[in-house]
Amino acid sequence: MEMPVPDAAIISGKDRIVARLVAALPPGTVISDPAETLAYECDGLAAYSCAPLAVILPRTTAEVSAALKICHEMSVPVVPRGAGTSLAGGATPTADCVILGIARMTEVLEVDLDSRIIRVETGRTNLAVTGAVEEHGFFYAPDPSSQLACAIAGNIAMNSGGAHCLKYGVTTNNLLGVTMVMMDGTVTEIGGAYLDAGGLDLLALICGSEGQLGVVTEATLRILPKPEGARPVLIGYDSNEVAGACVSDIIKAGVLPVAIEFMDRPCIRATEAFANAGYPDCEALLIVEVEGSPAEIDEQFAIILEIARRHDPVELRQSASPEESARIWLGRKSAFGAMGQMGDYMCLDGTIPVSQLPFVLRRIGELSDEFGLKVGNVFHAGDGNMHPLILYDANAPGQLELCEAMGAEILKLCVEVGGCLTGEHGVGIEKRDLMTYQYAPEDLEIQMAVKDVFDPGWLLNPAKVFPLGASAARRVAAE
Amino acid sequence: MRPETEAELAHMIADATGPLRIVGGGTRSFGAGAGEALSTAGLSGVTLYEPGALTLVVRAGTPLAEVEDVLAAEGQRLAFEPMDHRSLLGTSGAPTIGGMVAANVSGPRRIAVGACRDFLLGVRFVDGMGRVLKNGGRVMKNVTGYDLTRLMAGSYGTLGVISEVSLKVLPIPRACLTLALDGLDDARAVAALSRALGSPYEVSGAAHLAAGHKHTMIRLEGFDASVAYRAEQMRALLAEFGDWQLEEDCTVWQEIRDVTALQGGGDVWRVSARPTDGPMLAARATGADVVYDWGGGLIWLRVPVGTDVRAALGDFAGHATLVRAAPEVKARLGMFHPATPPVAAIEAGLRARFDPRGILNPGLMTPREGAA
Ligand SMILES: Cc1cc2nc3c(=O)[nH]c(=O)nc-3n(C[C@H](O)[C@H](O)[C@H](O)COP(=O)(O)OP(=O)(O)OC[C@H]3O[C@@H](n4cnc5c(N)ncnc54)[C@H](O)[C@@H]3O)c2cc1C
Repeated sequence: MEMPVPDAAIISGKDRIVARLVAALPPGTVISDPAETLAYECDGLAAYSCAPLAVILPRTTAEVSAALKICHEMSVPVVPRGAGTSLAGGATPTADCVILGIARMTEVLEVDLDSRIIRVETGRTNLAVTGAVEEHGFFYAPDPSSQLACAIAGNIAMNSGGAHCLKYGVTTNNLLGVTMVMMDGTVTEIGGAYLDAGGLDLLALICGSEGQLGVVTEATLRILPKPEGARPVLIGYDSNEVAGACVSDIIKAGVLPVAIEFMDRPCIRATEAFANAGYPDCEALLIVEVEGSPAEIDEQFAIILEIARRHDPVELRQSASPEESARIWLGRKSAFGAMGQMGDYMCLDGTIPVSQLPFVLRRIGELSDEFGLKVGNVFHAGDGNMHPLILYDANAPGQLELCEAMGAEILKLCVEVGGCLTGEHGVGIEKRDLMTYQYAPEDLEIQMAVKDVFDPGWLLNPAKVFPLGASAARRVAAE
Repeated sequence: MRPETEAELAHMIADATGPLRIVGGGTRSFGAGAGEALSTAGLSGVTLYEPGALTLVVRAGTPLAEVEDVLAAEGQRLAFEPMDHRSLLGTSGAPTIGGMVAANVSGPRRIAVGACRDFLLGVRFVDGMGRVLKNGGRVMKNVTGYDLTRLMAGSYGTLGVISEVSLKVLPIPRACLTLALDGLDDARAVAALSRALGSPYEVSGAAHLAAGHKHTMIRLEGFDASVAYRAEQMRALLAEFGDWQLEEDCTVWQEIRDVTALQGGGDVWRVSARPTDGPMLAARATGADVVYDWGGGLIWLRVPVGTDVRAALGDFAGHATLVRAAPEVKARLGMFHPATPPVAAIEAGLRARFDPRGILNPGLMTPREGAA
């Protein structure tokens, strides 16, 4: 992945920049010792790393504002950072940037159960948001698998999804308001503890903007009452086509499962070897989870099972207890770990129309043969969000490049069948140069024009999302 | 002007020399209205419908009723329950998909499933320079680049003229029940609605008609046995508020959706606020006729002509939109809530990029400057 040539003038001005930041911020807020900034040199896309100029770890919105104002005046690029779990390289530094991490801002500012909202500082982890309301029977719905570590700030910046988004939606559907600091230090409030912020839908722009429009320091989120219970059913099929048809039929029948997960044979075999969950050795495996009281779950199971049987399954197993549920989920939950045991992997997340599932899985199999790299598929089938895991050997020369080339082919395929490059992980640096497959030049131009409005100097996370060639003029003009 | 294709639409906008007034079905004509009329009626038809994938792609000028028929034939619907503005605004004509999206029109089910913008998967539109642009697509999850799709929802045609949208649709549940109770005052009613919405029983409507019988309503939808079970649980949960009646007829929600209680004379305001603030805010608008939806978070107010409701409400978290009033009242009070200076500056910046000549529905959403 190419990165822009760092600005030598900024790098040589490091001492001056750090001195101004240190003078303006409380002790311990600015880190510039290379031994300490090391921890910030990459995010979840660990194949790419680069030490930043310095790291700022503010404790308040006012400190964020003061820091940004200085960086703005000195034209220093800023890369906002939450917990650094981005899989797309959204938080990857450049040598001439300052990392602005909000991990120290973790407070719960308000809980209003009657209005069903929580307001938090955005350094709080996703799981800790639910943690703050759980005892009252509420939860925060978007639940990325990284929820123990990832911050709400990163969730907002990436518009993250989770296992339950088929029913509850992704971050943008659960975000009501933000406090955001603009690059010039201006603090602004958008939305709040009410539905549909007034005026243009700026929240929609901010959510998913990958830290390029402003630094979000506080968020008002919708919380929901916990369902009475949830149980999965496991269904195995001998062909991907049939499994795909079963998914469509379940969706059409009016059942609204919280999750429909799909695993293909390579992935089933890998997880069986690793976790021994007792999955059948079949072509395609579905896990469908529904919620409600025991009787309500049974009512939905009856419908799902009837549909599943119509398609002649090789395995059909419904959970009747928490233990059985855990066993059904065990393999799915260890899928990434199991694939990781087999080697290094790259995880893509292109989304496709559900009707294209069988075709796309077949093509991925063919690409796997062509490139000579193993692929396992485990993904959210209900909404067509694929997660092909391509195995490679990071230590073998050329393998990373081969893997990336194959990844690019898969993502182009997703776009060709009417889908998109990324369903929940974001563009970052990883898919930046593939954007031209999904968008015409003028479609990218209008998006960059939006960034012009929020950040005219192109200082916020400038090397992400847009192909470097497309954003070059703006980034250069800004210097 | 009445383009028959997206390309024609693009040419007409590129060649326009003065302001354009974008018209769908004309049923939500909220005001402004200078400029030559540009009708989207020629851009009509469903281009793709995959019931098994819950996706619909449809041209902007397509009548909403036509779309609803197509969906109903497969047992599906637009789950956000778009309001029909005709009775409230006294307009005629046939609402279009484009108008619905441009005004982000949603109904009572918004609290459970989301607003129109939450069901919007992608858009094609022509900006103020005549450029044909697209964003999003037709899949359920998409974070590829900035979300201009949702930005277009609720932009009232001021950023571009929508030519085609993709929407997520949902199956129509088999059963619906309404729990109803008369006689609660506003604060008690909202307390009951909050309790209902805080339960695991998946409320899909929570409204209170403050006038007359003081009618409070809670809607449950789903499979038969499930809805019956939830209704019983709910009655027990809310027993302290009174003896809730079960009604199988859910058509009453259409009246809530369309705010039929406030049709006729007077100005109508729509206030979005923190649900528990609802009764306090309604009380500040002394003498208003009040309808609460969204568990108290959406407050419809009918007031005497020319009343400045924003002044009466004072400082609060939320916003007040003047939905129905004579043009001179709208001109004086402004349809949209004023924005803070930073937000107004961002909005002005966006308008300058999407419509540099300022020809698309000029003045409809502006000015928004001024302290909030
Ligand atoms: C094991 C694993 C599993 C995962 N599972 C999922 C999953 O199921 N679903 C899913 O959607 N994602 C998943 N992810 C991806 C990742 O966890 C999400 O993208 C997450 O939201 C990133 O949050 P973060 O706090 O780590 O952000 P970071 O990685 O620190 O940053 C992500 C982006 O947010 C920006 N940013 C950070 N803070 C701010 C701020 N305050 N203001 C503005 N911008 C900011 C950064 O600049 C960057 O562009 C997974 C990752 C891992 C490692």
